[in-house]
Amino acid sequence: MSYVLLEDGARFDGEAVGAPGQATGEVVFNTAMSGYQESVTDPSYARQLITFTYPHIGNYGVSAAAMESDRIHARAAIMRDARNHAGHAGSQAGWLDWLRENEVPAISGVDTRALVRHIREAGSMRGGVFPADVGERDAAAAIVAEESMVGLDLAREVTAAAVVELATTARAQGPTIALIDTGVKSSITASLRARGARLQIHPCTTSAEAVMAGAPDALMLVNGPGDPAALGYLVAEVRKLVGSLPVFGICLGHQLLCRAVGLETYKLRFGHRGANHPVKDLRTGRIEITSQNHGFAVLGPGGERTIEGDRPVRWETDFGAAELTHLNLYDRTVEGLRLPDARASTVQYHPEAGPGPHDALHLFDEFIAAIGG
Amino acid sequence: MPRREDIHRIMILGSGPIVIGQAAEFDYSGAQACKVLAEEGYEVILVNSNPATIMTDPEFATATYIEPLLPGPVAQIIARERPDALLPTLGGQTALNLAKALHEDGTLERYGVELIGADYEAIRRAEDRDLFRETMVAAGLRVPKSAIATSVEQALAVSDQIGLPAIVRPAFTLGGQGGGIARTREEYGRIVAGGIAASPIGQVLIEESVLGWGEFELEVMRDRNDNVVIVCSIENVDPMGVHTGDSVTVAPQQTLPDSVYQLLRDQAIAVIRAVGVETGGANVQFAVEPRSGEIVVIEMNPRVSRSSALASKATGFPIAKIAARLAVGYALEEISNDITRATPASFEPTIDYVVVKWPRFAFEKFEGVDAGLTTHMKSVGEAMAIGRTFAQAFLKAMRSRELDVTPALDIPLEELLGRLAQPGASRYDELLEALRRGATIEQLHERTSIDPWFLHELAAIAADPQAPFAGVRSFKSVDTCAAEFAATTPYHYSAWERPGPDGAARHEVIRGDRPCVVILGSGPNRIGQGIEFDYCCVHAAMTVRASGRDAVMINCNPETVSTDYDTSDRLYFEPLTLEDVLAVIELERPEGVIVQFGGQTPLRLAAGLVSAGVRLLGTSVDAIDAAEDRGRFGELLRRLGYQAPPYATAGTVEEALAAAGQVGFPLLVRPSYVLGGRAMEIVYSLEDLAGYLGRSNAHAQGREIYLDHFLENAIEVDVDALCDGTDVVIGGIMQHVEEAGIHSGDSACVLPPHSLGDEMLERIREQTRGIALELGVVGLINVQFAVVQARAAAELFVIEANPRASRTVPFVSKAVGLPLAKLACRLMLGESLASLELPSDPMSGGYVAVKEAVLPFNRFFGADSLLGPEMRSTGEVMGVARDFPTAFAKAQAAAGSALPQSGTVFVTVTDADKAAGAGLAAQLHDLGFRIVATSGTAAAIERMGVPVTTLRKVAEGSPHVVDAIAGGHVDLVINTPTGSGARSDGWEIRRAAVTRGIPCITTLSGGQAAARAIRAAREGQAAVISLQELHGGARPAGGRNAAPALPESAAAETEAKVVSALELKRGAA
Ligand SMILES: Nc1ncnc2c1ncn2[C@@H]1O[C@H](COP(=O)(O)OP(=O)(O)O)[C@@H](O)[C@H]1O
Ligand SMILES: Nc1ncnc2c1ncn2[C@@H]1O[C@H](COP(=O)(O)OP(=O)(O)O)[C@@H](O)[C@H]1O
Ligand SMILES: [Mg+2]
Ligand SMILES: [Mg+2]
Repeated sequence: MSYVLLEDGARFDGEAVGAPGQATGEVVFNTAMSGYQESVTDPSYARQLITFTYPHIGNYGVSAAAMESDRIHARAAIMRDARNHAGHAGSQAGWLDWLRENEVPAISGVDTRALVRHIREAGSMRGGVFPADVGERDAAAAIVAEESMVGLDLAREVTAAAVVELATTARAQGPTIALIDTGVKSSITASLRARGARLQIHPCTTSAEAVMAGAPDALMLVNGPGDPAALGYLVAEVRKLVGSLPVFGICLGHQLLCRAVGLETYKLRFGHRGANHPVKDLRTGRIEITSQNHGFAVLGPGGERTIEGDRPVRWETDFGAAELTHLNLYDRTVEGLRLPDARASTVQYHPEAGPGPHDALHLFDEFIAAIGG
Repeated sequence: MPRREDIHRIMILGSGPIVIGQAAEFDYSGAQACKVLAEEGYEVILVNSNPATIMTDPEFATATYIEPLLPGPVAQIIARERPDALLPTLGGQTALNLAKALHEDGTLERYGVELIGADYEAIRRAEDRDLFRETMVAAGLRVPKSAIATSVEQALAVSDQIGLPAIVRPAFTLGGQGGGIARTREEYGRIVAGGIAASPIGQVLIEESVLGWGEFELEVMRDRNDNVVIVCSIENVDPMGVHTGDSVTVAPQQTLPDSVYQLLRDQAIAVIRAVGVETGGANVQFAVEPRSGEIVVIEMNPRVSRSSALASKATGFPIAKIAARLAVGYALEEISNDITRATPASFEPTIDYVVVKWPRFAFEKFEGVDAGLTTHMKSVGEAMAIGRTFAQAFLKAMRSRELDVTPALDIPLEELLGRLAQPGASRYDELLEALRRGATIEQLHERTSIDPWFLHELAAIAADPQAPFAGVRSFKSVDTCAAEFAATTPYHYSAWERPGPDGAARHEVIRGDRPCVVILGSGPNRIGQGIEFDYCCVHAAMTVRASGRDAVMINCNPETVSTDYDTSDRLYFEPLTLEDVLAVIELERPEGVIVQFGGQTPLRLAAGLVSAGVRLLGTSVDAIDAAEDRGRFGELLRRLGYQAPPYATAGTVEEALAAAGQVGFPLLVRPSYVLGGRAMEIVYSLEDLAGYLGRSNAHAQGREIYLDHFLENAIEVDVDALCDGTDVVIGGIMQHVEEAGIHSGDSACVLPPHSLGDEMLERIREQTRGIALELGVVGLINVQFAVVQARAAAELFVIEANPRASRTVPFVSKAVGLPLAKLACRLMLGESLASLELPSDPMSGGYVAVKEAVLPFNRFFGADSLLGPEMRSTGEVMGVARDFPTAFAKAQAAAGSALPQSGTVFVTVTDADKAAGAGLAAQLHDLGFRIVATSGTAAAIERMGVPVTTLRKVAEGSPHVVDAIAGGHVDLVINTPTGSGARSDGWEIRRAAVTRGIPCITTLSGGQAAARAIRAAREGQAAVISLQELHGGARPAGGRNAAPALPESAAAETEAKVVSALELKRGAA
């Protein structure tokens, strides 16, 4: 027996199916029906416990191919009816065995739908997964001991130790792209390298000078965990780079770029985590079904959180006009924008998929093309 | 540009009668589309030959035509209604093919009708297997290798490049009939030869086999902006080789990693774009090699389908509704998701539960058929279940099947394993049993190729079937978004979860405080209990809502309108077992429960519900019992002084044989517990009887055997009536075309009766009234009579009474223009007949309505197409005209066996029928037909001075009658079986006719009707007429080219035909 306890005292019981021990952090939920391994290895989930809304998790085991980083970043997996089935071709281990090996607690048999409905109403909050023998009082103490996500710099915890160079995996040699690693997913590096890019991966503590020293053709800002507002030091360096290079930002990278040009970010009530959110490209009218994983978002023109109307609104930034390019049709929050003068474009969602739909892969082609031009 | 302003009138084609492969799902889809288009302010012109559909209720369209779905009649309708557009994607294969034909014969162009949803080219690219293959290859997708052959030699030549096993598909045969899977060279030769013979153009498609690969379906939607979403993925637990319609399927897909699933998603999108479906839904089928992950495209259906109905029910995303809006110009983002209201339809549903669909088979009704599951569909219905785990959903679906015959599993393990190698109807019962007996996953995977993930789930279930139901039953909601957003649509299912902190279940149901009434549905469609009952349940829901109460629906059939979350105030997608139903009732605390409309399924629960303290609305359980218990019913008839055929009941073979004598041969024997005439037979002698008792274990389980004296050459009559306990109103009296002995569900019938005479009709009304009042019926009652022409006067016998909605309620309602089920429901809610103020003239002014049954023989190779007391039809059609023959001809055409206008008639009848048969032959001769017959019959015909050619009997060796039929030298077969039941000779003949698709009439009465119908058809094309005209319902204003009012003469006839008016007045008096 084991249980989930939330900051506000809500409790949900289940069976312990992962590593022994407890885990605390922010409890979030992901509504994708497949791609559990990609999710837990996505550095953006650092310090978070993932509630999977799909009941059966682990159906096809785990495999090296599905790693989004070198390790599991999620603190725990909360599931309705986990599976440890490794029979699937290409699976190298059972999901639960793998969680145990990697010392990640997991709980199954939880009424995850009830849990999600609670978070939906109360907003995502701190919580933990605890063995039955840990009393609720101790559990509660452990939970409040966790720092809240707001103002938390987690990029430092997941960034590359030193500069790493990655060759292209394509035949044709493409541009050299400097990538600041705030917790990059391998699907992003893979997508760029497959399009001919040579990557210079810098720690998030890098400086604008260090980045320029590699004479890159463009700058890539990527996903990562935590509050963009806590990355002032990085935002300052990015601010120096904006304008001098074409920039493409994804997720946290999108938020960093926006802060760098003077826009604000805020914390969403319970975030976007899943593989089915419709995002409209306001320039083409095309709607993409997107992979999402973020708890913070960028404020629109005039500082509003949601935008009515489907016009590519423009508003002023420190680097010229920003043009709203992408809008989330679920809650009408900002999903992407362009800074024509600064040759920068960013999206809040995950064009690299991994997991999720491939609808937005073309954004990488456009980035590479933009660098060329 | 949301809504299209350049079109005003839209024609929708239904899918016609329920047949295997095209069932109620198209009523669900079509009804949704009609509603939406009406909401959007369009005028809808609906054509569907199936009266037992909600979509053909007059209020669903501006003009509703119950006419044959054939180019001729539909062209006539187009000519008088002048629609601007035709939406062909909602009526299954039937509607697509018809739309294709109307394009090809120039009708659409002539009247300037635009195809919307899918255009001609898209339909061709999807439907023409060759063109489809080219299109896929052009789009860079892989399809199985294939070749076309018109001779066995050709086939053998390509066999190496295709390899074995190979899939053989004859071109243009009904439901892939004549095709199959060739595993050996011998089989290959044989099946190809058979396929070429079966194909009217002598051509077969030979396809590379991907047997054993995983089978997956994706439901795709595309809008005019080329935005595409995947509504749902469906995995077939049965791998490739078992038709998706016969497979146990699960949503969402369970076994593919995200990376592979995304490839399927990409390909599905590529397919819908390549085929060019501009707007609407499509179903794309894939095969995935489990080890390499290699993907091939199997087919795509550019329309709503069985799977899209399933996907809609599985996710809460109403595909047909949205497809209809897309077709008239809206984009996905402009349509709101009516479950969350807050979000647009341009998203992909995500679900937090598991859905399992289970096919329902009916092989027990088709003696001697090949019951193996293969590449063409054989199931007659399906049940769906929702659970929070696979095991919950699987077991709920399993108990939703309501099997009549439980699979025999008490055989050695080896034998079980042997059986499993060939997919069959009871495959999963066998798998579970094998697992219980210690079979290993490897052993089972080897034999079935079922993905180990599922086999592990089954193993767990076998080990402890109760485990999945640990915890408390908690009613959750279907919300399309895994609870990410608040949902408003009350669509629920039960899951078993850990209770909340207070120890109570965490229900999501918002009950409200309005009183509610629970309506029990009819479960999976099966022969004998089909869409007619769902129709009645939907009407009950409408009526309950109209009465200011909440309608609560419980059903488990994903095909139906009743399981559309729009139909009731709260929908519970649950099995119809006492336990599951009581759980809902406990939560809902209804005013009462309605069991009268769902056929036998709810009736079976009635007693249990009452003893659990539940209040039933309408007819009491005791009354139901009084009607169903032979002893009590016999006593009741005696009290009333009505005649019933002599009968006896016996507990043992001995008793049966003894009783036979005093009941008197011929006998109609059957087990006591059957429905739809299961295992019912007519026996003419003690030997026959002994034989029957030996064969059918009728007396098994200590059940009683019923023996009725069989009334020969009796006219069967069906009556549907309303009763409130004090008054009775006759809804309609139907005279069967075939004589008693042919199950009421299988025989054609005509309304009003055409040859019974007022005196007899009055007796029938009198006795119906007497029985209804004596039973104390509140609601509907159906009484079946047999009229026997005794020398002096005609005698009337009561065959049975069913105090519930019958199969014929929708037909009668449409024919007389009175919604019987709704009226019955109002009575059950406490109103009186007097207060209903029924219209004085419900019956179609001077019109005759004929119902014809549609039989599935072309699906069941080896089945005898002979009609009998065991019901075997899957669906029905209706034909309306000024006179019986024309209506009958329409019904025949609609049923797919259009009568020939000329050519050769083959006649072979029993000795008893010789004289009459000869007379019939003479009539057909006068109509210009060439007559051929077997020697005996030929002699009788010659005696009437009618030229006739004699054909050899099968026994006399080739070339014989069967060769002639198979060779296409016969256009119509009239064959009555010899009474003794020795049917083997006729069997071959009927089989050949069915295979060739030639109308085959097995009763003289049917033959007579056919002859009259052919003559009538000669006199010119039958006029088409809409229900709204038929029943004088005002046509909504604004209709351009409003159809002409009925001619004076019609009005005059209306005066003359007051039968039904009187019926009602007398009834109410
Ligand atoms: N190449 C093949 N190898 C093995 N099985 C096949 C192949 N093609 C089709 N099938 C099986 O036959 C069934 C029916 O084929 P399909 O093309 O879907 O025809 P339908 O139009 O009747 O659905 C499929 O569901 C699948 O199980
Ligand atoms: N005594 C009888 N004489 C002639 N035909 C009969 C007799 N009893 C039943 N039948 C025929 O058998 C059919 C099925 O019998 P019925 O009692 O209606 O069974 P079910 O309950 O399945 O409808 C009837 O429709 C009728 O055609
Ligand atoms: Mg198919
Ligand atoms: Mg009957």
